[in-house]
Amino acid sequence: MNQAPAIVEIRDLCYSVGGRAIFDKLTMEIARGRVTAVMGPSGTGKTTLLRLVTRQVRADSGSIRVAGVDLRTATRARIFALRRRMGMLFQSGALLTDLNVFENVAFPLREHTDLDERLIRDLVLTKLQAVGLRGAAGLATAELSGGMSRRVALARAIVMDPEILIYDEPFVGLDPISKDVILRLIRRLNDTLGLTSVVVSHDVQEVASVADTVFLLSGGKIVAHGTPQELQTDPTEIVRQFVSGRADGPVSYHYPAPDYFGQLLARDGAS
Amino acid sequence: MFADLRASLEDSLVRLGDIVAFLGRIMVQVPQALPRFQLIVDQVYNAGALSLVIIMLSGLFVGMVLGLQGFELLQRFGSEEALGTAAAIGLVKELGPVVTALLFAGRAGTALASELGLMRATDQLSAMEMMAVDPIRRVVVPRFLGGVLAMPLLAAIFSMIGIYGAQLVGVQIMKVDAGSFWSQMRASVGLVDLNEGIVKSCVFGVACSLIAVYEGYHAAPTAEGVGAATTRTVVTSAVIVLFLDYLITAFFL
Repeated sequence: MNQAPAIVEIRDLCYSVGGRAIFDKLTMEIARGRVTAVMGPSGTGKTTLLRLVTRQVRADSGSIRVAGVDLRTATRARIFALRRRMGMLFQSGALLTDLNVFENVAFPLREHTDLDERLIRDLVLTKLQAVGLRGAAGLATAELSGGMSRRVALARAIVMDPEILIYDEPFVGLDPISKDVILRLIRRLNDTLGLTSVVVSHDVQEVASVADTVFLLSGGKIVAHGTPQELQTDPTEIVRQFVSGRADGPVSYHYPAPDYFGQLLARDGAS
Repeated sequence: MFADLRASLEDSLVRLGDIVAFLGRIMVQVPQALPRFQLIVDQVYNAGALSLVIIMLSGLFVGMVLGLQGFELLQRFGSEEALGTAAAIGLVKELGPVVTALLFAGRAGTALASELGLMRATDQLSAMEMMAVDPIRRVVVPRFLGGVLAMPLLAAIFSMIGIYGAQLVGVQIMKVDAGSFWSQMRASVGLVDLNEGIVKSCVFGVACSLIAVYEGYHAAPTAEGVGAATTRTVVTSAVIVLFLDYLITAFFL
């Protein structure tokens, strides 16, 4: 599909929750060194896909290989070793609330290395400088705005110099300035640190400006993929609906329900 | 109705099994968590030092009531001098460990459960997993050990202050002879009584801390979930403490 070799390979992935199939034979590849976006309407399992790729949950069937590691057969120790090569930015930031900004960024270093205090300090300040928050090192997490929390979480995610950086809905709930800051960071970190970035989002504009490749997910399958430009001009109805943001189309506006008038006119008041 | 009763009994037993299994998961991680001694010290402070005021106040009042009630009762038999013994035995063997455990569950246990529940709800535990840090080792074990270490110390302080409270009422107000109050206590409270109190407070410490971290760690990641976990922590702890109290008392007889 792409020139670059794949770092994440998903084959025939099936996953269901409570009898509802989230993914049905999903197959996709994420190229090394690129910014790849996974888009789709809410509830299509974008976040679930991230949880599967990071093995926070286990797939029902099919295979997922990340950086050569088969998640199906890997032991817990192997998974933990793999996760040290990955960074993940949670939608909420997920900063540890009992630590301040500096200690949050230092957390992975303190847990995984025996570096001395000076070196930890330098590393943390470097990463905070990269996200523009060196001056906020002494703040408590409760003093941060939403955008700042996410940038601190980003500094924490890159402090161990990961190979893969995963962003879960990085633009949700941010003002336009913070959005732009995050966008620039995604691009810059990807190119300067030689990362592979995976961005899960439903913000069409933002993704179009940052992603090299876009996968559009709907109904548990990849319905389209290509560059943002290719998607903009894709004639498929579902792509058109999503990209131009129309309420109704192949993705129905209404949650499945019984006949409207029949229900209103029903005398027994049964819902 | 019997079917309901049976189902709820079954649920309780399953949960008890889960709690014991969780203790196993904690114990496996203890050796790796011990070197990070400062983390445990912090938690002894959170569970212990921050509970001191409520424990000391309650100990004082329980002791004062014991002094008053004991005096009234012993006076009927003309043996007020035994007040010191009665208060000390009552506190060291029974009231000290039990009331401390109940207060501990209400003060430190709920704090633990809601803290862990909120960490779950705000993805902090998942974030640790993603940073290849085992939350059981990094978060749960230090909190558990902190509670286990703090509880016997709190019970000892409770009993000490309680005896002072009994003395305050018995000797200072009711005019029991101070000499016989203290000498009878020293003569008749033995090591075996002290041991019973120590065993109880250690066992209650394990039970209360374990229930709190179990409920918090497994809380549903919602506001209701955290609230429910906190409530269950107090209720389960109280019932288990009183049940274990009976078992240990019977064992020491």
